Amino acid sequence: MTTLLEMRDITKEFPGVKALDQVNLAVKGGEIHAICGENGAGKSTLMKVLSGVYPAGSYDGEIHFEGALAQFQGIRDSEDRGIIIIHQELALVPQLSIAENIFLGNETAKAGVINWHEANQRTSALLKKVGLKESPTTLIDSLGVGKQQLVEIAKALSKDVKLLILDEPTAALQEGDSRKLLDLMLELKAQGVTCIIISHKLGEVRYVADTVTVIRDGRSVSTLDAKAGLSEDQIVRDMVGRDMSDRYPARTRRAGEMLMEVEDWNVWHPEHSERQVIKDIAFNVRAGEVVGIAGLMGSGRTELAMSIFGRSYGRGITGTVKLHSKEADVSRVDRAIKAGLAYVTEDRKSLGLILDETIRFNTTLAHLEGVSKGGVLNANAETKVAEDYREALRTRTPSVFQKVGNLSGGNQQKVVLAKWLNTSPEVLILDEPTRGIDVGAKYEIYAIINELSAQGKGVVMISSEMPELLGMSDRIYVMNEGAFVGELSADEANQERIMSLIVNE
Amino acid sequence: MDTQTKGIKAHLAAHMRDFGLLFALIAIMVFFQIVTGGTLMRPVNITNLFLQNSYVIIMALGMLIVIVAGHIDLSVGSVMGFVGALAAVLIVHYNMPVAVTVPICLIAGAAIGGAQGYFVAYWRIPSFIVTLAGMLVFRGLSLWLLEGQSVGPFPKSFQIISTGFVPELFPASWGEGLAMLFDARKFNVLSFALGLAAAAAVIRMGLQARKRDMDYGIESEPAGLFWTRTLIVSAAIVFLMFKLSTFRGLPNVVVTMGVLIMIYAFVTERTVIGRRIYALGGNEKAAKLSGIKTERLTFLAFVNMGVLAALAGLVFAARLNTATPKAGFSLELDVIAAVFIGGASMSGGSGKIIGAVVGAFIMGVMNNGMSIMGIGIDYQQVIKGLVLLAAVFFDVYNKNKQG
Repeated sequence: MTTLLEMRDITKEFPGVKALDQVNLAVKGGEIHAICGENGAGKSTLMKVLSGVYPAGSYDGEIHFEGALAQFQGIRDSEDRGIIIIHQELALVPQLSIAENIFLGNETAKAGVINWHEANQRTSALLKKVGLKESPTTLIDSLGVGKQQLVEIAKALSKDVKLLILDEPTAALQEGDSRKLLDLMLELKAQGVTCIIISHKLGEVRYVADTVTVIRDGRSVSTLDAKAGLSEDQIVRDMVGRDMSDRYPARTRRAGEMLMEVEDWNVWHPEHSERQVIKDIAFNVRAGEVVGIAGLMGSGRTELAMSIFGRSYGRGITGTVKLHSKEADVSRVDRAIKAGLAYVTEDRKSLGLILDETIRFNTTLAHLEGVSKGGVLNANAETKVAEDYREALRTRTPSVFQKVGNLSGGNQQKVVLAKWLNTSPEVLILDEPTRGIDVGAKYEIYAIINELSAQGKGVVMISSEMPELLGMSDRIYVMNEGAFVGELSADEANQERIMSLIVNE
Repeated sequence: MDTQTKGIKAHLAAHMRDFGLLFALIAIMVFFQIVTGGTLMRPVNITNLFLQNSYVIIMALGMLIVIVAGHIDLSVGSVMGFVGALAAVLIVHYNMPVAVTVPICLIAGAAIGGAQGYFVAYWRIPSFIVTLAGMLVFRGLSLWLLEGQSVGPFPKSFQIISTGFVPELFPASWGEGLAMLFDARKFNVLSFALGLAAAAAVIRMGLQARKRDMDYGIESEPAGLFWTRTLIVSAAIVFLMFKLSTFRGLPNVVVTMGVLIMIYAFVTERTVIGRRIYALGGNEKAAKLSGIKTERLTFLAFVNMGVLAALAGLVFAARLNTATPKAGFSLELDVIAAVFIGGASMSGGSGKIIGAVVGAFIMGVMNNGMSIMGIGIDYQQVIKGLVLLAAVFFDVYNKNKQG
């Protein structure tokens, strides 16, 4: 077998961050090559370099495709050469038919007039190839996610694909659909199509892959031959094997009385009411405790938090939330706040802040009662509250009248924290509290979290960064596909154990 | 360049919008004053100007809130016409007393706003569609109520809503004396006194805000600029009131309007509910996750709009002394244009009451001035359209330059 694709010493830097550091990847023609790595390890960046989203010249290193140096200036270039990526979020137009989607931008047209007969005929042939029995005129809307994925593959096949890249193709699929998709990959391989699959699910990787490349912290750590039989432990070790230095402030553990207990929590998807997103989850937080929730993206951690916080996500929610052993009313956001809950959202820009408004405006927003009398705001009191939090959290800004949109990520996060601390919560749920924040600001956020727990507040921390969870939590719940699959104390937790709890479903 | 002029320049650049709006209004007034040979500023014309624009301004207050909340209301012209028709039918056909009719009409406005707000807030149907439907429905209902006819006239007690003037409280001799002094035929002392009081209030509030800013070390505007702006505004108030005083005095509707402007400015800037409306328009999801009942707030914004449209309907009917099926026709566009000229953003979350009021006056002065000049309605429309586009372009251009 000859080498179809070779990426040599790829280095890609963003301002302040080295996303890829001399990554090497060699894919042989006709094989299925898996790329494994944690969230943020650099897998997606690598694929963007390959497909030309980051054009040649914006990175260091060389890409050789079919034996020649390739310098793609955009997706169009790489697609012309037969490299096609299917992203996690599908790029289909739901209101159009299968045939219309497959030939979108590549219409079977003469002088601008579409030959629908030809389009439908060719679509039928493609659908047969991917094992779909739908008519070419079926609207994408009416298909499930699994079938939509197959349409994407059919679309790729319509373009004479030489290298098909699937980014987490089974993340949104049910068991049966996943298996079908993997079998289709094997079939395509038999027809001579080369595939790259990016996946967390090591069971799947073992099922389809011939070769596995592990990426960690922007470097290619190892390339393993999977045909000779590969153990998942081996992959996991390479995925997480990094040392932990003192990136976390020291904390003294003191779990006090029981603060919050969640029992029998079940949530269904807001649109697809047959899909259960959260399954029978139970957990608790004690005063002064930092409880981590580990899991991969899409495992349902944010959905869990948001459903507890005033039913902000999902429908058909059942279960109880107890605070101080008494059932609490968390059925609306304002009631959840009153009960003593606070939720710092994962996406601070679109869910946490009003970017066009000032720090003062955002700080007092969730507890305007504290700075008003009879519904009339007291500007002085408001300014004082905002100033107090600016000092306490060391938010770096010329004044509290600065627009939050102008602040750095770390300082924005401090404003979100200030907003929630101002509601005097007993339990804070922090969803990815350090995402997109530089290392120094992260340390400050950790220090704030420790201080809160020292004050006797309960903290639930959701994070995709495992070292952060291990460094900060007293206890870690491991979540996968909407359910808790394990609970580890700080002493027994390590990255390997968490990963293996996730991958050994 | 010395530091002081630099400071003034920087401040002007940062507050281009506010100053631009004020200067635009002044420039437009000066322009029309000159080209109409002084007709624009004649007391009788100023009185007319207020009467003609009162209902646009009243509705602009509600529209500003609706737009800040991230919505739009296309039905206000029709609702205004419908409520005027309702009042006419109740008073003229059913001989209902004015004191009963007015509350009924305001409640009807609230109900109409509530019905539209219900679909927008709780069913998430785009407000553009809901109120477009409302526009057609209430246009039709006005026709039906009036059976295609004009209904009137109204009793005196109803007409004074619009065409009445505040009574004189001061001794008649004072007015006579002042009339002699200023070489006018008569002089309404109360109106002038109110004008002086309003000007004093503007200066006082400006100074207070300035002091507060300084206490907290906020960069406030350079002193020269502050005084120029404040003195222009208060001089303009005194001047207008003086002109009104030498005619019939202060129209009732201007008092209503002034009180409403103050209430809405206060509510939007200084109260919890006002703050929440800006939060809702700025980022609905974040507002919701901060415990704000976004649906109820949206609903209330439309109820409020309905009440103000009803009030505008009463004012309009009282001024014409008759309800016609065409009342309020396409007036929603003037109201919406006023709010956008006043600096509100289409995407919600920003805009000020005072901006909307100034925007309405800019439209009003242009309407009035062009009519005096005898410019045809065709050109008037073109010019108004271009002014709206220019105002919003100016906004976007500034934002791009800053961003």
